[in-house]
Amino acid sequence: MNEINQEETHGTIERVARESYGRLVAYLSVHTHDLASAEDALSNALVSALNHWPQDGVPKNPEAWLLTAARHSLIDVIRHQRVILESEPTLRFLTENSTETALATQFPDERLKLLFVCAHPAIDPAMHTPLMLQTVLGLDAARIAQAFLIAPKTMGQRLFRAKTKIRSGGIPFEIPQQRDLPERQDAVLEAIYAAFGIGWDDMAGADHRGRDLAEEALWLARVLLQLMPGEAEVQGLLALMLHCEARRPARRDAQGRYIPLSEQNPNQWLVPLMDEAERHLADAFQHGRVGRFQLEAAIQSVHAERARTGRTDWPAIVLFHKQLLRISPALGTQAGYAAAVAEANGPEAGLAVLESMDQGAVSHYQPYWAVRAHLLQRLGKGAEASDAYDRAIGLSEDPAVREFLLQKR
Amino acid sequence: MQFALMIYHTPEEFDMRKDYSHPHIGAWRAYYKALVAAGVYVSGDALEVPETGTTVRLREGKRRVQDGPYADTKEQLAGFIILELPSVDAALDWAARCPGASLGAVEVRPLAPESKRRGFTGE
Repeated sequence: MNEINQEETHGTIERVARESYGRLVAYLSVHTHDLASAEDALSNALVSALNHWPQDGVPKNPEAWLLTAARHSLIDVIRHQRVILESEPTLRFLTENSTETALATQFPDERLKLLFVCAHPAIDPAMHTPLMLQTVLGLDAARIAQAFLIAPKTMGQRLFRAKTKIRSGGIPFEIPQQRDLPERQDAVLEAIYAAFGIGWDDMAGADHRGRDLAEEALWLARVLLQLMPGEAEVQGLLALMLHCEARRPARRDAQGRYIPLSEQNPNQWLVPLMDEAERHLADAFQHGRVGRFQLEAAIQSVHAERARTGRTDWPAIVLFHKQLLRISPALGTQAGYAAAVAEANGPEAGLAVLESMDQGAVSHYQPYWAVRAHLLQRLGKGAEASDAYDRAIGLSEDPAVREFLLQKR
Repeated sequence: MQFALMIYHTPEEFDMRKDYSHPHIGAWRAYYKALVAAGVYVSGDALEVPETGTTVRLREGKRRVQDGPYADTKEQLAGFIILELPSVDAALDWAARCPGASLGAVEVRPLAPESKRRGFTGE
């Protein structure tokens, strides 16, 4: 086989791996509850594909081929573990209908169960997102560790521990019952949003914990929407992330300097992403169950309006923030509310909101100090403003944001 | 639990120190202020530029003195900060905020527990 075909084959394997990874891991682990073995089996299958496909050609149904190969590998692993008696039902499940022709007909998509397992309340919340990224998208521990600012070895150990708990801790691979569904679904949404990792993008300052996983987060949200069609909060989350992602090109100038939302040029915002966001949001509102992510998306939607109208409807943003505070009074929401109130009713009103926040909790929270500095400066309180700017600068992680605040100071 | 943030500078960063109005100086001052205000700062100090260092070894009873720092690398130790924090995760967060992390590097290492330190500190 010539080199071009080789390259094509490798490209096909990569694409199939990316598109099918989560489906295959979910299907292989749904009965065994053993994510680590499912992942090992799948990676063996992918190695085998890299060996066979360039010579034999890409099979008609690559996903089914991978599943067959992964099953064989998994059977070997389970036999090797010498727990044959115990795993008899598993082996039966694995060996039934294991021919490629049988599998060519669709095998069930169990990814929704897998997402609920990853965000199960018995698993450390900090591990929800890393687990999803690994089991549904196939990201390796080193890449995940980088995004979450954790040493790669530590991340590997934490993932291992979480998977052991999933295997031995009786965590069910199932869609939660109606009674628990809203709460459990929120955990899944939170975990996807945490991968997106955008912190703060408003006028006075920023706390970009750029995880560099925006694409992965959008992928996960789209998968979730496909699995839970018409679910308002899923659409809200997707709309929120799309609006934020639409602004990526406007967030830095040609020299790499940070530009806050209020000074961004709306012509640089990506129209197709904004349009898609608006479609999801409009659709979500039809369902009538307003939630946190729809409200956050609505706030971003008001900001996006500036591309058409040239102005920002701050009273509308204040209103959405008020509703949001009733649902989730997180620090970020409170700081955002203060900034919006300041734009709508003046800096004193904004400052009053800031002062009502828990002063112990804000000592590490960059956006609080950035907003505070901005408002004090607008009120002409130079010394106090410089002090707040220093706090915001000292808490900034993004060098471009730090530079921006140093300029303002 | 105490952690040391060891700050390694590039030659360019050492040069920035000479200019008191450089924005980098402002960023460092703000960083210290935030550490103190957050109640995590224990101690710390900056070191003079690496050229001022002298390295001493005693081999076969003879003093070997070398002009310059211990390691011959591009990035050199420029200072250290000791922080009191609940976990290494929090220490890595503060390291990421350190102005030194965006140009040079910041190594995070826990201080050895008191019991292991005794022999070294003469207690």
